[in-house]
Amino acid sequence: MINIAFPQMGDYYVPANYLLSHIFKANVIKAPKITSKTIELGTKNSPEFICTPFKYTLGTMIECLDKKANILIQMGGGCRYGYYANLQEKILQDLGYEFKMINLVTKGDTNFRRINKLFKQIDPKYSKLKTIYYGFISLKMVKYMDKIDDYIRQNIGFEQKKGSFENLKAEMLIKFSKVKSYIELKKLYNKYLKRFKNIKTHKPDKPLKIGIIGELYTLMEPFSNYYLEKQLAQNNIEIKRFTNVHYLLFEKSKKLKKYLKNNEYVKYNMGADASDNINHCKYLCENGYDGIIHIKSSFCTPEIGAMPIINKIASKYEVPILFFSFDSATSETGIKTRLEAFYDMLEMRKRN
Amino acid sequence: MDKIGIPRGLFYYYYGDIWKYFFENLKISYIVSPNTNKEIMEKALKASGDEMCLSLKTYLGHVEYLKDKCQYILIPRISNYKKNNQTCTNFWAVYDIVKNQTDTKLLHYNIDLEKRKTLKKGLYKIAKQLGKEKHQIRKAYKNAIIRYKKQRKKEISINLNKLKSDKTKILIVSHPYNTYDSLIGKDIIKYLIKNDVEVIYCDKFSSKITNKLGETLAKELYFKYSKDNIGSIVYCKDKIDGIIFISSFPCAPDSLVNELVTRKIKIPNINLIIDDNSSFTGLETRLESFLDMLGGLDND
Repeated sequence: MINIAFPQMGDYYVPANYLLSHIFKANVIKAPKITSKTIELGTKNSPEFICTPFKYTLGTMIECLDKKANILIQMGGGCRYGYYANLQEKILQDLGYEFKMINLVTKGDTNFRRINKLFKQIDPKYSKLKTIYYGFISLKMVKYMDKIDDYIRQNIGFEQKKGSFENLKAEMLIKFSKVKSYIELKKLYNKYLKRFKNIKTHKPDKPLKIGIIGELYTLMEPFSNYYLEKQLAQNNIEIKRFTNVHYLLFEKSKKLKKYLKNNEYVKYNMGADASDNINHCKYLCENGYDGIIHIKSSFCTPEIGAMPIINKIASKYEVPILFFSFDSATSETGIKTRLEAFYDMLEMRKRN
Repeated sequence: MDKIGIPRGLFYYYYGDIWKYFFENLKISYIVSPNTNKEIMEKALKASGDEMCLSLKTYLGHVEYLKDKCQYILIPRISNYKKNNQTCTNFWAVYDIVKNQTDTKLLHYNIDLEKRKTLKKGLYKIAKQLGKEKHQIRKAYKNAIIRYKKQRKKEISINLNKLKSDKTKILIVSHPYNTYDSLIGKDIIKYLIKNDVEVIYCDKFSSKITNKLGETLAKELYFKYSKDNIGSIVYCKDKIDGIIFISSFPCAPDSLVNELVTRKIKIPNINLIIDDNSSFTGLETRLESFLDMLGGLDND
């Protein structure tokens, strides 16, 4: 019996689960929600100064293996994230687990030949045609989810009935996971977009607007940033976030090339999302955002390099900026206090 | 005032000699910042972010030191040496970080072999910027490379000869910008030599050989410098008595690679991590006990 598992990130388990369960005759194990126990498991078995996503994903993998998973899927980004899989495989083997690790992406790129080879390891008889079809649907699903998330982020701070956005989104995700064809998905998307727009809000003309930039995993996995977006929304703030899976997969490389031409701050790609974030910071400053929050996991090398430049831009435009570096040992109260002070300061600036 | 300032850090330990020969041949005056000392370290801590790795911090200190002592500071950017041979992202970013911090003019070139940007093209570009003629540059470059290759060959053969020695042999696995930096690795090497240990350097092997061997120990690894380093372990695994890993805190590739390698090899080893607060006294105790252990193994 094949039991596939993968570390989760935000709500993206829905399309991933959809894809895997349609291509393979396999049982897809849904990774349990990240809790403090997951982090403890991850930290205990991780090397000393590794960045935090390693600990989170390792912890999740151990929990999945305890649920009898025997195939693990991991992906990698353009920094050292790309080499996570090999070390995690070794660590888990040393712990005595038996499984197969499939690493779909290394150093930020992949191709069809590689994916084909790896999928054959899981199931030699998998159908390529099916993979392309369901892959297409899953990617579209990601796109629609990201679009809806963008809308939610702008409006959730002003909802009249508490929880109306969240409840509708949960309902939508369940419907999405049961789609049969692309047309059905598209119809569902249009229907839910309308319903989201019909939710009553009391948005003022000029609300406080905050842009969130930073390292991708910490941005997209709400547990790892201690539900930062939720806390902001509770204070009636409109939120803008650039990084999502659709951006990383399809828009990033094109946009980055455009950014780097004739740019006074950066000339080269500084690794992972560093150059993107510098340009996003500039965009936020120029488009009248009241504040910027930069978040990352501790020891994230590319972001550490980008921070002095981001700071320079923000102080040039006189936009307040708050830096958070999340570790597995960060206390939630500390974050709350700093966030409240930041929010109060922004509001005072706005009134004057 | 000298024309070009070369910070003694990161790139210097890979390309310093070539640069020196190249500029000497072209009769361009240059200044290399001194070994990392207290003054530079103080400047470094002021100029850098507090989470940067120690090697990058000291590099920024060297840049600060050179700031008003030369017309141009030479800061290259290295992205990759062909497919699956990336460098650490700090090597990608350091040019942009420095550019936003100083007003001194920077000389720079980009090595990105995937896009066919080579060292040769880079040095040609720099020399042209400084107003040299093409035939002069061609000659200077050729001479510099020949002289560098000769010197490198000599270093490699010395290193290989050390493997035949009868003393306790210890392989230092660390990036050259850590091994030879006076703040990070020099004291460790000095201590080892004082204690009659034959010190073998992992960067003084032919990179063509070690790069391939590195893949046997860590498959799919794509950091070129780490691959070279750990390839040396495979190359001389039967000939050495122990391994010392030295890394600066918090080095990104080392955190993964050293952990993976120490889990795979069966040679006695210790992992020394140096940050800006560490003192040599603490390290000395660890080194002493490591050497004692190796001696004990020989006696059994």
